[in-house]
Amino acid sequence: MNWVDEWGITLAVFLPVAGALAILLTPKAMEGVIKALALVFTGAALVVGLIVAKAFQIGEAGMQFQMNRSWIPAINADYHVGIDGISLPLVVLSLLVTFLCVIYCYWHLPEPVNAKAFLSLTLLLETGMTGSFIALDLVLFFVFWELVLVPMYFMIGVWGTERRQYASIKFFLYTLFGSMFMLLGFLALYFQSEPNTFDMLELQQAGVLNLPVGLAHLIFGGLALGFAIKVPLWPFHTWLPDAHTEAPTVGSVLLAAVLLKMGTYGFLRIAIPILPDAAMTFAPVIGILSAIAIVYGALNCLAQTDLKRMIAFSSVGHMGFVMLGIATMTPEGFNAAIFGMVAHGVITGMLFFLSGSIKERFHTRQIADLGGLSLKMPRMAGLLAFASIASLGLPGLAGFWGEVIALLSAYQPHPDLSLPIFRTAMVVGGIGTVLTAGYFLWMLQRVNLGTLSEKWRKKSLPDVQPLEYLAWVPLLALVVVLGLYPRLIMDATDSSVTALVEMLPGGDASIATTDR
Amino acid sequence: MVSNAIAYAWLIPVFPLISFGVILAMGKKLPGKGAEVGILALAASLALSLAVFFQTIGQGGDFHGYERAVSWLTFGPGSELELGFRVDGLAAVMLVIVSLVALMVHIYSTGYMAGDRRYTFYFAMLSAFTFSMLNLVLANNLLQMLVGWEGVGVCSYLLIGHWWEEKANSNAAIKAFITTRIGDVGFIFGIFVLFWAAGTFNIAEISEAVDLGEIAPGVITAAAVLLFLGAIGKSAQFPLHVWLPDAMAGPTPVSALIHAATMVVAGVYLVARMYTVFFDSALALNEVAVIGSITMLIAAFLALIQDDLKKVLAYSTVSQLGYMIAGLGVGAYTASVFHIWTHAWFKALLFLGAGSVIHAVHTNNMSSMGGLRSKMPITSATFIIGGLALAGFPPFAGFWSKDELVVGAYEWATHGHPVGWFVFASMLITAFLTACYVARMLALTFFGKPKYDAEHVHPHESPRSMTTPLLVLCVLAIAGGWVGIPGEANLFGQWVHFGDLHHGFSVPIMLGSIALAVAGFGVGWAIFRHGKTSVDLKGSAWGWVYRLLENKYYLDEIYMRGIVRPIREQVARATYWTNQRLIDQVVNLAAFVTVKVGFATYHGIDQPLIDGAVNGVGRAAGVLGGKLKFWQSGYMQRYAAVLFLSVTLLAGVYLFIKF
Repeated sequence: MNWVDEWGITLAVFLPVAGALAILLTPKAMEGVIKALALVFTGAALVVGLIVAKAFQIGEAGMQFQMNRSWIPAINADYHVGIDGISLPLVVLSLLVTFLCVIYCYWHLPEPVNAKAFLSLTLLLETGMTGSFIALDLVLFFVFWELVLVPMYFMIGVWGTERRQYASIKFFLYTLFGSMFMLLGFLALYFQSEPNTFDMLELQQAGVLNLPVGLAHLIFGGLALGFAIKVPLWPFHTWLPDAHTEAPTVGSVLLAAVLLKMGTYGFLRIAIPILPDAAMTFAPVIGILSAIAIVYGALNCLAQTDLKRMIAFSSVGHMGFVMLGIATMTPEGFNAAIFGMVAHGVITGMLFFLSGSIKERFHTRQIADLGGLSLKMPRMAGLLAFASIASLGLPGLAGFWGEVIALLSAYQPHPDLSLPIFRTAMVVGGIGTVLTAGYFLWMLQRVNLGTLSEKWRKKSLPDVQPLEYLAWVPLLALVVVLGLYPRLIMDATDSSVTALVEMLPGGDASIATTDR
Repeated sequence: MVSNAIAYAWLIPVFPLISFGVILAMGKKLPGKGAEVGILALAASLALSLAVFFQTIGQGGDFHGYERAVSWLTFGPGSELELGFRVDGLAAVMLVIVSLVALMVHIYSTGYMAGDRRYTFYFAMLSAFTFSMLNLVLANNLLQMLVGWEGVGVCSYLLIGHWWEEKANSNAAIKAFITTRIGDVGFIFGIFVLFWAAGTFNIAEISEAVDLGEIAPGVITAAAVLLFLGAIGKSAQFPLHVWLPDAMAGPTPVSALIHAATMVVAGVYLVARMYTVFFDSALALNEVAVIGSITMLIAAFLALIQDDLKKVLAYSTVSQLGYMIAGLGVGAYTASVFHIWTHAWFKALLFLGAGSVIHAVHTNNMSSMGGLRSKMPITSATFIIGGLALAGFPPFAGFWSKDELVVGAYEWATHGHPVGWFVFASMLITAFLTACYVARMLALTFFGKPKYDAEHVHPHESPRSMTTPLLVLCVLAIAGGWVGIPGEANLFGQWVHFGDLHHGFSVPIMLGSIALAVAGFGVGWAIFRHGKTSVDLKGSAWGWVYRLLENKYYLDEIYMRGIVRPIREQVARATYWTNQRLIDQVVNLAAFVTVKVGFATYHGIDQPLIDGAVNGVGRAAGVLGGKLKFWQSGYMQRYAAVLFLSVTLLAGVYLFIKF
């Protein structure tokens, strides 16, 4: 299938935008058609994505499915796209989760109900997200990156809960603030390269970039700030609890499952391969911030009274594990990071779906108002328990591998990095896993267990509905499949990650297996 | 030559895995509500376990194990993880223990749990637990072992909290999970140390690397100490033993299976499995010996004063686990594993017997029992035999293993390890105390006058589904120890040994330990035979001792007030306060300042100066007004415009500097 090789990923990325256009041309009143269009286009994008994944050469390190066309000749910006083992899992994850979100919209659309606006924005968002994961040109990447902001801004600002105005503006401006530094970094890379280029792969090649150390650090700092805000890495995380809490369910799911990964992906795709030396200098700082994020996120979770806000804070901790894996600058750490991104996307996406559906039924997110959920809706409670136990990293489920291997790699980071710093980070991360278990089990005790309060006992509240199952079963299945068969992701990532590590100082420095 | 059964040992955990899935998916529709599937699966596991066991012991003393594995995961160059199984004497013995006790508990539960509202889920969890435990036992590498290890932890959590309508039960479940998880972090770090030192998770390869001296002594010690943290948590050793007594909140068959015979010995099993690593580090061995000794003593004292029958057994379990751990600390490898074996039979028997009693009198408290011997003949007979086995009376099972451990400690001491004397003394004192609380427990429960409310409670013997497992386990509690009778014919020592075969035997010590058991039992019987539940010490000079025991050495208090609550309340709230009032305020302040600067620019510069100048030329330029709105417009284009403007500006500055 030749068209797949060249057009496959482009098709997967732009099908949703075509769908958005089709929806815009449909009268607002024809809600059924609008939903069907959204379903068909996201479904088609997912199918194309899966065809690409099927054709993907496992074990090959370099870029596949590349397409490189001149785009803006004046600044030498190209439409250059392609995927490798690092981007493939994220592309598939984005396509899958958006498709499931559309299914979920069949069950429930947030107030004020406007299928046309909501779904077209969702599809636009999908293009932005997946586009970010296939772009190999900095300008193209930036366009996709910024494209994500607008639909998400409206999702939160229009369909959010009480403090939506504040949360949406904060989300938008904070990310924009970061992207400004990121863009400055891109421009600096362009002007410092010889010949001037925005092409990521060219920029990675030796001799293309001619940077004094100080400037390299400055550029890395700019890129890192832009990415770190998106992740979000402590202490740049404060937009996240607000955005997550206020966003409509689908918005929260997409934020958690995909948007955050754009930040961590930026480190792996752009900042580290293009500026490996600067990355080595910054790695200990990132490692320390990650360790703080893990414990800090967990402690904040313990203090939450709002179920959704607690899940939001749990993301800070989980993304801390991902960043810790990245900071070790080892193949093990990078593999763990990508696995952790997907696992977090699947598990936390599921948790946000559940908190949304619980809110829909009880009209409250306050943990204290719930209780005895297992008596009222045993299936919903069972799924909440399952997702929570997956999130706290039970071996055999998806959440385990990313975290344990990230910690494992922190014990033995890249030889040029400080052992005491990373081993301390490992210990702190280990404490974080205990706290994580603590807040999840405590939440489950207060939400699921105990006795049902009088006010719910008489109300008729439905348990999990068929449409909800449709949207959730793939995620639930993935939690188990990835837990039992982690190779599904790591076989794809391993060779690309190993190639990435070979770009780091010390050449093909695979880690010595003796203790130092 | 290895053939048939052993090569198929991997199927042993697969049976309960299948039954777990089947019960969860369709258990409620089955006539037996799912229990029959679990029983069938466990019967298959037991049959295959026995086949593996007999084949393994048939291989003779120089059988070093059979191992098969497939690649599970590659997560870096040279970083591989296998999925495999390893059968040797140690694993074979454990397989029999786990599958036999699990089968007995399954059968027993059909009676004990009859009518329970979550009957089917209960059996699904029993299957899940058994699968995880068997996986833990068979794993050929440490990370796979961890998978089983955490799996049994989560099943234990769910089963302790089975009756979660009561908050006390779910509290106990959380306490068990979190306390053991603290130890697990150490275990995980220990795995990391060994992985990076030996380049593998494979247990046999790690052991070989240690044997060949390829790993630095300091690293080995670090690994052993960290691994042992896992054992401290899981096997309820001081100071993390506090979760096990609370875990009695779960259904009694669960206490028998998970919190007596199998899961709690996982820590002992871990030390035994990784014994090469421990044996190489004097420091680690001493730590193991001391922790085990402290644990056996403090728990035995606590068992003396409990009113709750299950709590007596729980503290007794903690104490006996201390025996096993301390045994490993003094090189008594075979004796410790032998004690896992005998303890599994008599302690499972005691718990199931206790369940039968509780089933009959509807209370856990011995102060409301008494005189049950005539009402429940099978339960009381088997329970008394179990008690005598625990107390260390010959010829019952517990006597042989306990005696071997005491001899082991003595030999360790006389071979130049002073810590051996501490262990030896602790074991003797504990032997006395054990017999003492056993006598108390038997006297209060089965003898004397009935103290239950005879009008409402009519104790009767339990159904066959419950008494049959009691009888089976009773046979093993009597005869299970005969495979380890000291001397040349010591079979157990040929099945499970570390290094060369060893025949520790000492007639004086054996006689001494019998005398201690008799003395302890006599003292206990003399004090408690009239039905008093406690000795009134409160007014006396020993009152403080009683208060200390009553409050469990204040450890729960210290943990709750010193760690759990401060973290959950003060620290968590302070962190959140920091988040909202400091970190987030920086963000809000930046936004606020930007808006203010906008205002100032408009009101202070733009309007009076620039616009004023323009106005001076012509008022027409006032069109430029309304910029104030710029900052609050909510129009994305404007925000974007600001961004691009600033970027262009900064880029300009950059270019200006550069060229």
